[in-house]
Amino acid sequence: MLLEIETTYAPATDIGYLLHKNPARLQTFDLSFGRAHVYYPVADAERCRVAVLLEVDPIGLVRNRRGPSGNRRSLDQYVNDRPYVASSFMSVALNALFSTAMNGRSKERPELVETPLPLRATLSVVPVRGGVDLLERLFAPLGYEVAATAHPLDEQFPEWGPGHYHTVTLAQTIPLRHLLRHLYVLIPVLDNDKHYWVGPDEVDKLLARGRDWLGDHPAREQIADRYLKYRRRLTRDALARLAGDDDPDPDATGAQRDHEEERIERPLRLNTQRMGAVLAALKASGARSVLDLGCGEGNLLRDLLGARQFTRIVGVDVSHRALERAAARLKLDRLPEKQRQRITLRQGALTYRDAGLAGFDAAAVVEVIEHLDPPRLPAFERALFAFARPGTVVLTTPNRAYNVRWDSLPGGALRHRDHRFEWTRAEFRGWAERTAGAFGYAVRFLPIGDDDPEVGPPTQMAIFERNDAEDAPR
Amino acid sequence: MIIDLPQLSLVVLIGASGSGKSTFARRFFRATEVVSSDACRGIVSDDENNQAATADAFDLLHYIVGKRLQRGLLTVVDATNVHPEDRRRYVDLARSYHCLPVAIVLDLPERVCHERNILRTDRDFGPHVIRRQRTALRRGLRGLRREGFRHVWVLESLEQTDSVEVTRTPLWNDRRGERGPFDIIGDVHGCYNELLALLQELGYEIQPRPGAPRGTCQVTPPTTDGVPRRPVFLGDLVDRGPDSPAVLRLVMQLVAAGQALCVPGNHDVKLLRKLNGRTVQVRHGLAATLEQLEPEAPAFLEEVRSFLDGLVSHYVLDGGRLVVAHAGLREEMQGRGSGKVREFCLYGETTGETDEFGLPVRFNWAAEYRGRALVVYGHTPTPEAEWLNNTICIDTGCVFGGRLSALRYPERELVSVPAADEYAPSVRPFLQRDSDDARSAQQQHDDMLDLADVTGKRIIDTALLPNVTIRAENAAAALEVISRFAADPHWLIYLPPTMSPCRTSTAANLLEHPAEALDAYRSSGVDRVICEEKHMGSRAVVIVCRDADAARQRFAAPPGESGIVYTRTGRRFFDDASLEADLLERVRAAATRADLWARLETTWLCLDCELMPWSAKAQGLLRDQYAAVGSAAQAALAATVPTLEAIADRDGSEEVADVLRTQRARQAAVAAYTRAYRSYCWPVTGLDDLRLAPFHLLASEGRVHTDRDHLWHMGTLAELAADDDLLLATGHRVVDLTDADDCAGATAWWEEKTDAGGEGMVVKPLAFVARGPRGLLQPAVKCRGPEYLRIIYGPEYLLAGHLDRLRQRGLRHKQSLALREFALGLEGLQRFVRKDPLRRVHECVFGVLALESEPVDPRL
Repeated sequence: MLLEIETTYAPATDIGYLLHKNPARLQTFDLSFGRAHVYYPVADAERCRVAVLLEVDPIGLVRNRRGPSGNRRSLDQYVNDRPYVASSFMSVALNALFSTAMNGRSKERPELVETPLPLRATLSVVPVRGGVDLLERLFAPLGYEVAATAHPLDEQFPEWGPGHYHTVTLAQTIPLRHLLRHLYVLIPVLDNDKHYWVGPDEVDKLLARGRDWLGDHPAREQIADRYLKYRRRLTRDALARLAGDDDPDPDATGAQRDHEEERIERPLRLNTQRMGAVLAALKASGARSVLDLGCGEGNLLRDLLGARQFTRIVGVDVSHRALERAAARLKLDRLPEKQRQRITLRQGALTYRDAGLAGFDAAAVVEVIEHLDPPRLPAFERALFAFARPGTVVLTTPNRAYNVRWDSLPGGALRHRDHRFEWTRAEFRGWAERTAGAFGYAVRFLPIGDDDPEVGPPTQMAIFERNDAEDAPR
Repeated sequence: MIIDLPQLSLVVLIGASGSGKSTFARRFFRATEVVSSDACRGIVSDDENNQAATADAFDLLHYIVGKRLQRGLLTVVDATNVHPEDRRRYVDLARSYHCLPVAIVLDLPERVCHERNILRTDRDFGPHVIRRQRTALRRGLRGLRREGFRHVWVLESLEQTDSVEVTRTPLWNDRRGERGPFDIIGDVHGCYNELLALLQELGYEIQPRPGAPRGTCQVTPPTTDGVPRRPVFLGDLVDRGPDSPAVLRLVMQLVAAGQALCVPGNHDVKLLRKLNGRTVQVRHGLAATLEQLEPEAPAFLEEVRSFLDGLVSHYVLDGGRLVVAHAGLREEMQGRGSGKVREFCLYGETTGETDEFGLPVRFNWAAEYRGRALVVYGHTPTPEAEWLNNTICIDTGCVFGGRLSALRYPERELVSVPAADEYAPSVRPFLQRDSDDARSAQQQHDDMLDLADVTGKRIIDTALLPNVTIRAENAAAALEVISRFAADPHWLIYLPPTMSPCRTSTAANLLEHPAEALDAYRSSGVDRVICEEKHMGSRAVVIVCRDADAARQRFAAPPGESGIVYTRTGRRFFDDASLEADLLERVRAAATRADLWARLETTWLCLDCELMPWSAKAQGLLRDQYAAVGSAAQAALAATVPTLEAIADRDGSEEVADVLRTQRARQAAVAAYTRAYRSYCWPVTGLDDLRLAPFHLLASEGRVHTDRDHLWHMGTLAELAADDDLLLATGHRVVDLTDADDCAGATAWWEEKTDAGGEGMVVKPLAFVARGPRGLLQPAVKCRGPEYLRIIYGPEYLLAGHLDRLRQRGLRHKQSLALREFALGLEGLQRFVRKDPLRRVHECVFGVLALESEPVDPRL
């Protein structure tokens, strides 16, 4: 990975005093993950260009792994872009090589520290994840002229398209220490990854390098989110501390909070409505024991726990990790014994018969069936309606027709990558009525969310009730 | 006195303290067979005499007794047991595990007990305790049989106790020593002519004795391997049909001569009760039987009565592999004796409801059957004898105008003859199927797999490795993959095992080399191996059926499907169903051209294949990782090298030259890396751009082809691939490991292939399954070429300082995993070919996937 910074300030080689690196020779520094070479490909009075060449040890990356593991594949692989691209490794290197410059100290040229210099930084390869206009969003507000060249994934296979990788040039007349700080923060933001575990001290680093410019940056939330790897609490903390410094007006802060909440809630509102409707249906059924099939991280379980009517609650999911997160989110290990006894989480798959699911008053199947391959639906139907056979089944699924109302959804697309199908109201009714008939249930339907006169509601709900007189086939 | 215990009984010792129960138990039983209340007191309280611990001690005692009985072990309870309420629990326990409760009473004089207790330092209770215990004991003595004890022995003196002998007698139903061969015959119901026809069809020679009553015959059985075959009658010999006396006469004669076995049916038992003079409701054809018996002599009736009276509810045969009972039998009742077992054998299980014809609704016990023994039964007339979970009902309703059927054992072949007439009307029109479902009973049943059959810690017994353990957390991971992504389980009869590389080479610039693979097999005693070209694409399992009908019959496939291509994790290979169908059609046509359907007598084939190009399936991986890294690396180094060249001109220091050299070497490595992955990529616009290289013809109907060597597989598959460019025969050569030139030739071949961009080769013992002195050998190891390994270990893996570190890699876990997965994979196929229930096949497939979730270095 190569970073070059060029200036045409006269005398150009003065930049060496700011960086505390001699333009005359190549210097090598050992870093925990490899080596860095600093040298000057061009070094004369009119033009001086410093190069930072980072050599990340590709074997050590995998073998001496210290960073987060398991959540991302990237550091488990020898075939890895890390040795070649600008990433958090570069930020760490900048900090190690140029901390004095970043902190704005120069023994020989103190007057140059705050002097805007004509600077042009070139990142030979940087992954820009999330669209190339992100570059513009991040750097233009800081005054840079941004130029980027995309690299094709493989020129022999143009059909594979361009990758995330760009050569990026940033030009501006600006004090060098600002440029370094911007690069320090924004390189990992472009890459949207960190090679080490992000903890609370990361907030301090962000503030140390971003205090004087991040607060006013229009993309500050996105920057904080990405820099802190979407650890929401850290992001809130960072933004609050930024606001605390620059904007003590409590009303303004309040307004900002509201805005934030709205931003987060917009996608949540439908989910809240859905959980509400499902909860209402379960309550109305008079059920005391209830299954949440496909409980995920436990959104509905929390509501069920809050309703005293339900004395026995079982959350089932096929994902072991989801269940662990649900247990953590519901703080199961800290619930009082009486509460704890009401709820159980267990792994299960809806296409297998499961004796542990028999004998319940009701079951909720919220946004689950669309994750099953259609040929596996008959197995699901039998497992649920013939074998588990709860008195009431409350089942929701997206209404495909409503998708045209989502701005963010390209025409014809499904709402989630893992959705194997989405049904229109007619398709859902057809399936539900057929299934109810086959297994001795009665079924009725309710809309969830804004019931559009043309395309119907975003979510559709069916409530199945067992006809106890009839003995269903297995 | 001889105490003759039924083999499987719960022996309850009864006697006052000091009566010598423990001594008695030690004399006649194994230490593990005896459960003593004192020992249990000791376990729960550290004090064998702690009366305060009595309740807990008995909880434990009852628990142990229950577990032992459940497992079919004779158990002795050593406690005073002098009160009826103490004993009731044992009778209940024995009943619930279908064992016989028996009592041995040590009713010794009070003086003897007292003297013994005085000698014991740990017992300080006075004579009044013993007196009380003996009073209670004697009071209850007479009621023991009423309490439910099937046998009671009372020992009243020291002399008697000393002279006693204890023997054990197997239950009457235990005929495990009888190995067959058998011809098991369903409900005859007086259809004598059909019975004769069936026996003749089965190869029995029958000469009716002239002048003797019908049913008196000279019968010569056919033999198999020199052993005469024997009929086994499943009961319901009588009622409804035209000639019950003749049927009885023939069967009684065969059984008396030891030529046949017979278990009773409900109709037989009802007749017995009538003959015993009991009042029974005369219907269901009993009237006809009584009428037919009317002219018979009283001696014959007495003969019938005694024959029926002597019939044993069911038999366990052939080392426990076969169970015959009239109405079938649950696993936990097999080989046991209790009233409940007998009831079940005669009547099966009913739900307590009646159907629209007024007949009791039968609970389908077979649907839940999980036992190892094959259960053959009758009782419920069905239009076709159908297998379900290793059970089969062969009552095909002869008397109702259906057929009289027999199952040949161990051949498992059905033989039947049609009824000459409809002798009785069936209340329920049995010839009509319950539904219009065209699938077999097993297929309908298999539609629903049970979670309990796959989750939790599992131990799978395979033919190649005795116990393959699947850990609960791996099963949990597999459950997620299977239920979210896998194809319909009916298709998944096999998942390919992982393969270990050969031992790490120490040769310069090499991580893997053929020498290590050849050496490893040679030193395990293998003389010949086959080297097969390793294709670099994506693993694909192809199941192709001759037609949709075969797919439906054998794989319960929905209409329109006649095969599948799936990945190593059981996902459908193609999202595009028509592309899959086209590919299958080509393979099908090739199989037809090669005449494989007829040559292998099959309607389906299961092929282990590699599907090329790699880019067809690995698009995402290529874009996100392989091409991405190449693209980034090229761009980075292309930018870096000129900057260093610029200063090298200015600064001639060794340091600069060194950095420049390194960066140039990296640049060359990256270019080589890009070349390496590109050779496995080409654009795919349709079927003609794909290449399918089958390398194992794993299985076809009735056979898993692991008994053929790899040359057979290569040869047969080359024929398959002969006339279609879509199909690729795999380059291979057989190597004599004792011939140095041959080995050198293999190495040269590998070098040639890998230089030309090939991935490398796979070395396998020539036999599909090979064993060495230390057991099962790796079925295959791979030797990958140095250029290919750039895709695995990164573009720069050969550069200074890298390779040495990479040589540190452990193969043991990978090898062990490869063996376990291989054993499971083949076991799944064996079970499928044997037509085991789907859950048994699925268990193996699930197991392979679970093992694949064990953490192992992904680069191996």
